[in-house]
Amino acid sequence: MSSIRVPTALRAYTEGQVEVPTEAATVGRALQELAQRYPGLAPHLFGAEGQLRPYVNLFVNDQDVRALAGVQTPLAEDDQLMILPSVAGG
Amino acid sequence: MSLRIPAQVMAEIQRHAEQQYPEEGAGLILGSLDGEDRTAHSVLPVNNTFEAEQRGRRYLIDPLAILRAEEEAERQGMSVLGVYHSHPDHPPTPSKFDVEWAVPWYIYLITAVRQGIAAETRAWRLQEDHTQMMEEPLAIEQEAR
Repeated sequence: MSSIRVPTALRAYTEGQVEVPTEAATVGRALQELAQRYPGLAPHLFGAEGQLRPYVNLFVNDQDVRALAGVQTPLAEDDQLMILPSVAGG
Repeated sequence: MSLRIPAQVMAEIQRHAEQQYPEEGAGLILGSLDGEDRTAHSVLPVNNTFEAEQRGRRYLIDPLAILRAEEEAERQGMSVLGVYHSHPDHPPTPSKFDVEWAVPWYIYLITAVRQGIAAETRAWRLQEDHTQMMEEPLAIEQEAR
């Protein structure tokens, strides 16, 4: 089974869970399932039109999914999907 | 929610802001949690990786730097509580860009730097509906905890 690593800033919305197991086949599906499991997390992952928030970065085993297949990137047994914020401002 | 921060840690934040002037300086705040109350213990300055010509008004911290900071904090029994950055020759209030990119739950310290000298630092946090950042109480303590 693969897992999703939740960053510190979002653990307040996952009941403190750091690692959440998932059987989802893709990164996008795993995120959707995570948001369904923790409804309070959903508005912090997705904007009003369902797009990912700008600070949300997704890595599978240390590789940015933008360099793979984005949210269509498949998740295999023992893969770790990491949600990592990129912090920016001005 | 409130943030307590030892005076010497605040001094480190302000020193970094002055060193980076006229660019924005940024870093992460490490510390402990007690319910809604947070206590800073140290800071981790990080590189501003925004495009060079815009670093006077923008900052960016790489996501892998956040991961490394979280791992380091956990090794020390702490958490990444939030972020600090500077506003060169601008007030220590969140810009529209700050709000657009703000991560929920994090505390944001913004330091105004006027003509190279660090001035006021104020604390902010994103509202749950992502529409604005609200000011949070900031207590600067003279003795290290």
